[in-house]
Amino acid sequence: MRVRFFASYAEAFGREEMSLELRAGASVADCVAALQADPAALRLPPSPLVAVNQRYARPETPLAEGDEVALIPPVAGG
Amino acid sequence: MTSYLTDRPLDPTALVAAVVASGCGATSLFLGTVRSAPEDGDIDGIEYSAYPEMADAEFGRIMTEARERWPMARIALQHRTGYIAVGEASIAIAVAAPHRAEAYDCSRFLIEETKKRVPIWKKERLASGAAEWVEPMHV
Repeated sequence: MRVRFFASYAEAFGREEMSLELRAGASVADCVAALQADPAALRLPPSPLVAVNQRYARPETPLAEGDEVALIPPVAGG
Repeated sequence: MTSYLTDRPLDPTALVAAVVASGCGATSLFLGTVRSAPEDGDIDGIEYSAYPEMADAEFGRIMTEARERWPMARIALQHRTGYIAVGEASIAIAVAAPHRAEAYDCSRFLIEETKKRVPIWKKERLASGAAEWVEPMHV
């Protein structure tokens, strides 16, 4: 599945997206755990905000093939 | 559906014109403008970036909630992205309603929800040449 990064997280990871292979039935928490294996993840908070298919998700939200996951840094719009 | 985002300067006059209506006795316009923030070392401007598909989806959800709470209100909103200099507007929210209480309350709701939820980020461009991400402490 496709994981997108933005703003300070894109800078931390040095890229705006990556592909991740997760086992069937994986959750958002599993996805975050897989990302935290990357050294760039030291600059992430322990529980970053995550969106799945453009909607805020929870750690237990299940993921499916073809989902778009995004790590959302603290927002500052308006 | 057109986007709530634009990389061009905002046109508040057009937004007000879009909501003004004969049944509305109150029309409110809110502009969020880039300020110089001397406490941050004086900025020249702010670079706004977004997750555009989700920003539009989240703005859409906020608008739906606002229309449920204030069914008589007419609303137009636009957020600018890209580099915005001090003094220029980053967001414009126009609300027309039969009476001022709804116009003020709905407008307030829209800006507060935008600030809490919409995936948009700010990088301050300081006069010194440095650039820093703004990470507000939301509750």
